[in-house]
Amino acid sequence: MDELHRLTISQAHQLLKEGKISSVELTKASLRRLAEVEDKVHACVTINEDAALEQAEEADKAISGGKIEPLTGIPALIKDIMCTKGMRTTCSSKMLENFTPPYDATVIDKLKARKTVILGKTNMDEFAMGSSTENSAFFPTENPWDLDRVPGGSSGGSAVAVATDEAVYTLGSDTGGSIRQPAGFCNVVGLKPTYGRVSRFGLVAFASSLDQIGPITKDVTDCALVMRTIAGHDQRDSTSIPYPVPDYTKALIPDLKDLRLGIPQEYFDGIQEEVKANLQTAIKRLEELGAEIDWEVSLPHTKYALAAYYILAPSEASANLARYDGVKYGFSYQHADNMWEAMEKTKQFGFGAEVKRRIMLGTYALSAGYYDAYYLKAQKVRTLIRQEFDQAFEKYDALVTPTSPTAAFKLGEKVDDPLQMYLSDVCTLPVNIAGIPAISIPAGFANGLPTGMQVIGKPFGEETVLHIAFAYEQATDWHKRKPPI
Amino acid sequence: MPRPSDAVILTDVVNYETIIGLEVHAQLLTKSKMFCSCSADYADAPPNTYVCPICLGMPGVLPTINQKAIEYTVMTALALNCTVSEYAKFDRKNYPYPDLMKGYQISQYDAPIGQHGWLALDTNGTKKRIGITRVHLEEDVAKLTHRVTTEGETHSLVDVNRAGVPLMEIVSEPDISSPEEARQYLIKLRAILQYLGVSTGNMEEGSFRCDANISIRPSGSTDYLPKVEVKNMNSFKAVYRALDYEAERQSQELEKGKRLIQETRGWVEEKGITVSQRSKEYAHDYRYFPEPDLPPLVFDKTWVEEVRSQLPELPEVRRDRFISQYGLPAYDANLLVDSKAMANYFEDCVKLMTDSSSEANLHKRSKTVSNWLLGDFSRMLNATNTKIEETKVTPKQLVEMLNLMDEGTLSGPAAKAAFEDMFLSGKAASDIIAEKGLSQISDSSEIEKVVTQVIAGNSQAVSDFEVGKQQALTFLIGQVMRATKGRANPGLAKEVLLDKLGGKQNA
Repeated sequence: MDELHRLTISQAHQLLKEGKISSVELTKASLRRLAEVEDKVHACVTINEDAALEQAEEADKAISGGKIEPLTGIPALIKDIMCTKGMRTTCSSKMLENFTPPYDATVIDKLKARKTVILGKTNMDEFAMGSSTENSAFFPTENPWDLDRVPGGSSGGSAVAVATDEAVYTLGSDTGGSIRQPAGFCNVVGLKPTYGRVSRFGLVAFASSLDQIGPITKDVTDCALVMRTIAGHDQRDSTSIPYPVPDYTKALIPDLKDLRLGIPQEYFDGIQEEVKANLQTAIKRLEELGAEIDWEVSLPHTKYALAAYYILAPSEASANLARYDGVKYGFSYQHADNMWEAMEKTKQFGFGAEVKRRIMLGTYALSAGYYDAYYLKAQKVRTLIRQEFDQAFEKYDALVTPTSPTAAFKLGEKVDDPLQMYLSDVCTLPVNIAGIPAISIPAGFANGLPTGMQVIGKPFGEETVLHIAFAYEQATDWHKRKPPI
Repeated sequence: MPRPSDAVILTDVVNYETIIGLEVHAQLLTKSKMFCSCSADYADAPPNTYVCPICLGMPGVLPTINQKAIEYTVMTALALNCTVSEYAKFDRKNYPYPDLMKGYQISQYDAPIGQHGWLALDTNGTKKRIGITRVHLEEDVAKLTHRVTTEGETHSLVDVNRAGVPLMEIVSEPDISSPEEARQYLIKLRAILQYLGVSTGNMEEGSFRCDANISIRPSGSTDYLPKVEVKNMNSFKAVYRALDYEAERQSQELEKGKRLIQETRGWVEEKGITVSQRSKEYAHDYRYFPEPDLPPLVFDKTWVEEVRSQLPELPEVRRDRFISQYGLPAYDANLLVDSKAMANYFEDCVKLMTDSSSEANLHKRSKTVSNWLLGDFSRMLNATNTKIEETKVTPKQLVEMLNLMDEGTLSGPAAKAAFEDMFLSGKAASDIIAEKGLSQISDSSEIEKVVTQVIAGNSQAVSDFEVGKQQALTFLIGQVMRATKGRANPGLAKEVLLDKLGGKQNA
């Protein structure tokens, strides 16, 4: 069984359950695959082989004792923004390069309780700020479909790790599209859950009112399985919501009868022609599967989402990143003459350019005299965007849009043009602003590069979103295409 | 353009009025910290032992709200006659300082828990309401200690134990018009917090802190001159002295024709002065914004009313009750209720009194207890720097002593001596009397012996008495008391003296 690393969660689970393979074998296969492709794609920041094999042995013991759940013994990689006890958590920043948390994020607690195997941590844009993983303080990650191109971001490492079968599944985090956009760029499945669906405890904060953890997987069934495990109320996160967690796999039905889908026109403005064409084909397929399509939906406030986002997210970030002052943990500038200089220089040398840019943007937006014009206005726009989605969901079960305006762009292409980089998330960030769930699934290729389809649902509408994604996946085989690596 | 100060110096004699507003921070007596489960009772703990990733502000952790702290703040807001609106929220107050673990403090900005209240002052019969602008909840910060090593290197040490302890801020309107009124306000406010059981109100230990805003203006003027924020006051006395100093300093500045500037000044206790710390130009921009990690606080009206109905008896009500139930003068009642422990002690004593059958008796005995508590008892507490909660004298012991006085076993002066002993040793009055032979001499034959000696030894006073000088009798009684070390029954001494002297007059 040389190709064990290619298995999905559901396939591997079946084999583990039947005793046909062991978690150790599965883990070794993943580690072999990692050794094979990591030099080309640089998806990982930290790999912990020994710990992973120990966990695999533990998992095998549990399985032989009859204790097996869908994620038991399955090798996973975690975006390096989720705290892992005893394993460094860097946020791909010099600031936290040597930071090892003494606690696990709640999602990690949950995975460990199921004895999933954590191979290591994946690369990302520093503190999740970016759309290409080029803002990692360590190294950029390459897109396995074309090594000269970006994998998207900020969860680029997690998307690449799944696309290349380095791990069976990964976790990412999504503040403005950071799961969905790289999933789309890499031809994998990525879900951003409803805000409050998955605990943020232990997720290093970028923009607290927008951040959500979600799965990146090889197919929709796996996505449903991971969601089932990581979702749920957490007393340690006051913004997590005590809403029961369904068995998402029950929503996976191959036809779309009685579903009404809306296609918001604003999401097709300025979209690359090939991406648009792919999506139109995909939507027709959804129609064939029984869905009723309304092609003429309008969400006029969409055009303000990007502007509002780049006020709200940096504002929150400016406070969230204030704690990195070199006093308690992380990078600390040691050659200062006094306390203030030490704190200043720690930030000057510890943070990269994009992080500093956003701290400055946010600090400015919150300053006395500017608060009303920027932050408060952006909050009002946020309310309008939410209401607009609410109204749409009175008529439609879900909305379908492209995940990104283009397929993966070239490394270096947008690094000097932050605005162009920000536009890469124009289709995904309204979803974060509204706090609703959305999935990106493989939906075609443009010039050899994958393009994604985004399905947006109402609050706690993960089942509907997964249902639509599953039906489409069953009717197509885009997700089965693997990068030439 | 005329400046306010120009107008001021033109007149010959200017009287100024003082405008003071106080900002009080009180640590709440919750078991755990505001946003994590660490113990809030850190007083005697070694540095950085009552900490966790949350109060250390480590990456990725989140705050959760201590409901008891919310309840305590709502109780305080209600006790201060505030409106508790249905909606309140937490905000982030941003400023970089190493005592702030997250680089921001979770506080409340534009939707505090309580607003628009008042606190009633009753100083010497003058009633006045001091407006309460707001009561809100925030987290305390870490404690910094600055040290210089023997090599001359400076270090700043951070103790995070205090960080995250629930801190309630109570802001008054600028309705306070003198340093004495400020002191009264603080005494009343502390009493309310103690009655509610939400804070120790201990200023010396830092669980109750006060900053003041003070400005002055010519009497009758409606302008506001620049205000000064005074910090670093560590006792009620320091608040009084600092404000007194500051009002005087400001008026002298104006007299010299100088302009006042808005600034922060620190009180320097040893020198008895305030010194400038920073002017308004350097004021922080805190960049408040709603705390995204915490949901808004929504207060159900029924719950608020339930909290209100369960508030304990507050100082003002207790004072009125002391006046009506025990017949105490307002002066006594006011002083007693200022300390919850003192008022409790008073009531414990009164309950133990044997002879309180009639209202007249109850009132009389109550006044006696009050006299002792506000007199010798308070004097001894102050002299030994003891809190009434820590005194060795139990209410039962004090009442026993008062009963001995009533029975005539103990004279007033002997009681004073016995009480001092009792206070220091914790012994019962009867034991002290037995040990020291303090019991009153009511045996007339014994007193006659002493009187005879006194008459023999004070011939001048005796002659003075014979020519009608009444003070001479008082002097002679004093001599009898002195000779018996205060043990003679003063009434009997007088009787025997008059008898003997009368006899002499007749002779």
